Amino acid sequence: MSTRPPALVPSSENVISRRGFFMKLGLLFNGLAAAVVAVPIVGFLFSAITRGHGNGYLSWVQLGKVADFPEGQTRLATFRNPYVMPTDGATADTACWVRHIAGEQFQVFAINCAHLGCPVRWFQQSGLFMCPCHGGAYYSDGSRASGPPERGLFEYPYKVENNLISIQAGELPTPGAAIAAFTGEKPSCA
Amino acid sequence: MMISRIGKWFDRRLQLAAPVREIAEHAVPRNTASWWYVFGSAALTVFLLQIVTGILLALVYVPSGAEAWSSLQALNHAVTLGWFIRAMHGWGSNFMVALVLIHMVQVFLFGAYKFPRELTWIVGVFLLLMTLGMAFSGQVLRFDQDAYWGLGIGASISSRVPILGPSIVRFLLGGPIIAGATLSRFFTLHVFVIPGLLIGFVGLHLLMVLKLGINEWPMPGRVVKRATYINEYHELTKKDGAPFVPYAVWKDMFFAAFIILAVAACALYLGPFGPTGRPDPTIIQTVPKPDYFFLWLYALLSLLPPSLETPALLIGPVVVIGGLLLLPFLSGEGEKSWKRRPIAVLTVSLIAITLGTFTRLAMYTPWSPHMNAWSGDPVPDQFIHGTTALERQGALVLQVKQCRNCHSLGESGGQRGPALDSVAVRLTQDQLIRQVIQGGGNMPAYGKNLSPAETTALVAFLETLHPKGQPPARDAARDVTLRDVPRNDEKQSESQP
Repeated sequence: MSTRPPALVPSSENVISRRGFFMKLGLLFNGLAAAVVAVPIVGFLFSAITRGHGNGYLSWVQLGKVADFPEGQTRLATFRNPYVMPTDGATADTACWVRHIAGEQFQVFAINCAHLGCPVRWFQQSGLFMCPCHGGAYYSDGSRASGPPERGLFEYPYKVENNLISIQAGELPTPGAAIAAFTGEKPSCA
Repeated sequence: MMISRIGKWFDRRLQLAAPVREIAEHAVPRNTASWWYVFGSAALTVFLLQIVTGILLALVYVPSGAEAWSSLQALNHAVTLGWFIRAMHGWGSNFMVALVLIHMVQVFLFGAYKFPRELTWIVGVFLLLMTLGMAFSGQVLRFDQDAYWGLGIGASISSRVPILGPSIVRFLLGGPIIAGATLSRFFTLHVFVIPGLLIGFVGLHLLMVLKLGINEWPMPGRVVKRATYINEYHELTKKDGAPFVPYAVWKDMFFAAFIILAVAACALYLGPFGPTGRPDPTIIQTVPKPDYFFLWLYALLSLLPPSLETPALLIGPVVVIGGLLLLPFLSGEGEKSWKRRPIAVLTVSLIAITLGTFTRLAMYTPWSPHMNAWSGDPVPDQFIHGTTALERQGALVLQVKQCRNCHSLGESGGQRGPALDSVAVRLTQDQLIRQVIQGGGNMPAYGKNLSPAETTALVAFLETLHPKGQPPARDAARDVTLRDVPRNDEKQSESQP
């Protein structure tokens, strides 16, 4: 370490004393321990971002028989979110609006307003969806009619099999979510 | 005596008596013993009250998506005095936000944020943000319909952050939807994270008040300069100072007790907040509304033009918080007195009036359609009286097609669109037809939903909506082109005085 004789009084700033060395080593050791523990801590904390992305994420859920949704009408349907935790209770239940256009042609709209997510209500007589929060309104095909929303209602991809209608669901639709389920594109499989 | 011996035994070990006495008796400028200087200590008192009532609530409350709502019902109805503790906690929250805001305005107008108290102000800004964080997360813990849809609004706002939006939403919600995990993490924030930070920051805030001294009463013309202020302040406390205890503290104590009694009185007479309906997202017959201190934001989100909304939501908070943090550096010296700071006074007035107006608007939400007006608010008699069969049919169309959800008649109905009481004076027949069929402004187009007969009837009724003696709007050119064809309705309206 040093050529100088060991001194009781620290002689120079360049020389690391035995205690000083051990303190630095101790700091380093603690830093290492912190880093080791930080990996699972951060991993746990951010697991929420991918939570539910396993099997249940964006899977097909049945809404009911085609006959339950008369042609030319728009009706409320409910389903249970495909990914559920034991403490979710009723919050994992979700509503959506099913518009039966004709035959196997449907539109399934998310209940959430494309503005800030409040539940929109369907008014058969005027053919409008209205939002109770900030006054957004949509036409029967989900396109924007008026108010603060910048786009039409979110649509779920759907399919009709054995006279049962199913949608691909599993995530809260929000204006910024750029995931495939809510692009509003007509599904190719229907 | 026995007691003083016990006291001495403890102090021999703790050695706290001397420093505590020094703190209590430290000299403060005489004129700070004012009723204007009591809001900070009152906010702290309410915070302590919140801790006590919060711990009591946690004895019964269950932070589970499936059970939170029922446990709140149990607190309200089954547990002895549970309703009162809930009410104290809810009202305490309102009082705390109000006191923190008043304290902040007072500190701003008295120039207390200037040198050397910049950091005290900055810590105070964080205390304000944490207080608002507590208010919002507390509203979530009252896990009802308002909480559920309020979380949806929070998620929708967060999702607009470029690129990271969807990840932020899932991080916020603890998964892909609003559910049990969402409540659990807001419980963690409300009960562990933010209170822990609050206690630490309150400690820092108070420490700096002690180290730097209470801001002296601002005198017009007494200007703060970095070079001389500290000496001037020390001279002031030496020349015209008095011990904090008991000289100034009694006013703090009186006001704090008054505030606690006020919280208790509100709790007793006005009761606890909610919970409203069960947090079941399949119940869509709901009109979610935020708590009092976020109503201004609710109004803002309704009134901003759509294209400005996302920039305002994402940039606005950065500008506001950044401005508050930078304030002591931008005006760290100079006049303290509000009498010599007109811009400061105007800023506070403008912000107060703006927030007050938005809050007032959000209390009756003129921008929201009244969902039940079409079935609940009949067309008032005076508008039907003496109408023809066609016009009456039109009134029926107006009602059935839910026009009333957005348009009022005789003060009843929605206020989203203009009142129709005198619409015929504003729009000619052609303009009415076009507006109904094509929409425009903020009105949806009804062309697809009205048959020609319905449109004719509706417009015929709308044309009767004008004050007596004020003829309906007419297209002058039309009279010329149709001169040869006599029109009955025109003659009638002209013959009426």
